[in-house]
Amino acid sequence: MTFAQLPALEVVVPLVAAPLTLLLRRATPAWAIATAACAFSFVAALLLAADVAARGPISYALGSWAPPWGIEYRVDALSAFVLVLVSGIAAAVAPFAWKSVAAELPRDQAYLFYTMYCLCVAGLLGMTITGDAFNLFVFMEIASLSSYVLIALGRDRRALLASYQYLILGTIGATFFVIGVGLLYLMTGTLNLADMAARLPQVHGARPVLAALAFITVGVSLKLALFPLHLWLPNAYTYAPSAVTAFLAATATKVSVYVLLRFYFSVFGPRLVVEELPMPEILLALSIIAIVTASLVALWQADLKRLFAYSSVAQIGYITLGISMASRDGLTAAIVHLFNHGVTKGALFLLVGGIALRAGRAGFDRVRGLARAMPLTSMGIVIAGLSLIGVPGTAGFISKWYLVLGAIEAGRWWLAALVVATSLIAVAYVWRFVESAYLSAPAAATPKPGEPPALMLVPAWLLVAACVWFGLETSFTVEGARRAAALLLGAAP
Amino acid sequence: MIAAGHYGYWITVVLMVTGLYIVIARCNLVKKMVGLSIFQTSVYLLYIAPGKLVGGTAPIIAEGFRLYSNPLPHVLILTAIVVGVATLALGLAIVVRIREAYGSIEEDEILESDRARGDGGGDGA
Repeated sequence: MTFAQLPALEVVVPLVAAPLTLLLRRATPAWAIATAACAFSFVAALLLAADVAARGPISYALGSWAPPWGIEYRVDALSAFVLVLVSGIAAAVAPFAWKSVAAELPRDQAYLFYTMYCLCVAGLLGMTITGDAFNLFVFMEIASLSSYVLIALGRDRRALLASYQYLILGTIGATFFVIGVGLLYLMTGTLNLADMAARLPQVHGARPVLAALAFITVGVSLKLALFPLHLWLPNAYTYAPSAVTAFLAATATKVSVYVLLRFYFSVFGPRLVVEELPMPEILLALSIIAIVTASLVALWQADLKRLFAYSSVAQIGYITLGISMASRDGLTAAIVHLFNHGVTKGALFLLVGGIALRAGRAGFDRVRGLARAMPLTSMGIVIAGLSLIGVPGTAGFISKWYLVLGAIEAGRWWLAALVVATSLIAVAYVWRFVESAYLSAPAAATPKPGEPPALMLVPAWLLVAACVWFGLETSFTVEGARRAAALLLGAAP
Repeated sequence: MIAAGHYGYWITVVLMVTGLYIVIARCNLVKKMVGLSIFQTSVYLLYIAPGKLVGGTAPIIAEGFRLYSNPLPHVLILTAIVVGVATLALGLAIVVRIREAYGSIEEDEILESDRARGDGGGDGA
């Protein structure tokens, strides 16, 4: 039955699509293949998620080499959840990319965009699905290298510098990660994550294990843009092509969060990370700084893309805040927010991409009075913005709700208050858009007014609808996250 | 004795820190790539050195082969070398494009040139 091969196909289809798009050398067929591959991955991820929910984790031995010797693909409650997010966003951004890429990239380079896009999707899906530490590193580099290229494709020359800086920091991050994996391999003699987790208690507390934890924490934190290591993110998101910003903002950092969760809870185990080491305190402090400072910095940005990039740093802070609680509600909040924020930011950056297409760029000077020329786009940004704030009835509310629950459960009322208070900063920066788009007179010369093409507007609005849908109907997100959180905490030795 | 016996690790650590220092301290974008390469290379050594046993052979099940070296780290590092080469190639390609766009590969000059132009592309920093 081909269904048994789904875990491999999930990654292989976009991976094979990449060289195909390269061989075609024409933008339109390349786009069609990339879109089809992403849609296939999304359907496969949904089937896998349904299968995991019904029958428990799937273990797939690549090339029929049984784990721990061969590479294992492992789909459990957490990875299935992240797979759905990544492939779903990929499937939404791919149709959007056609017009957007045609407008922002030179014609002869457009097909290369889809090659890199497919590689990036394959890399991120591979990072999520694999159960092998070194395989994870290889996929991480596939995803990273392709995302450096994607960012460098931006029109502005500063995109090149942003890409270079991301390349340096990303490579340092990935190398730190592989140093940590190497130390773990030296101590346990295995690269299979489950096998590693089973053997680590034998060398509990050994110094190389602690060093490995430190290296992996710093390496992955660079990738997920945890507060002091986020410096690559604002420039990369601002100058990258719109479709790239939307895709990376919604998925890349989220997959890194997944890797961190996987190593903290499934490999090292909460006993070492949470009880014996002060990791929760460190994460808590960094998350709070990230939330407060990045939200405040976002307030002063003159460009919508840059504003939402800083808001991403803050929102990642909420996710790591949930992780730092290391309780069931805290982890549920982190995982739900990982999903909800991915959907929300994906929607926002797609809509901002529409503005960039019609108005040249997405500076606030171009947004003035935009609501009249682009009512659907403006309304979409407002709705997704409400989700970013966490207004009841939107996806963002669900994550903030569980975050507050987790804080109260831990007896930290001040933290609950802080989560609510910092949401007010989000109100302020979303209000800046409302004021500019709805309440200001249009700028004298707005080039090419009007909505972006349907192929760009429809995917964006699908994600906006998802923001509302997941705020009302939480059976998939909250139940999925609860199962994943239980899995992470239950896997403790 | 123990410190001397672990000289492989000491070399690894020295290379690692040297590479990282170059990445941080140098303004020249090509030199940064050199540092990054040295940094990545140190990791190859971290993997390979412990895999080798003095007098160990390839893992062949036959008469006369008793002490085996672990071949897996070598295979892993082959992959890591490919990744390292790809990173270096991509990094240098981006540096070439930066040179075309800015006419310089010194980080401070590039940042200065952006600041001087200040074309309001939304850079609030």
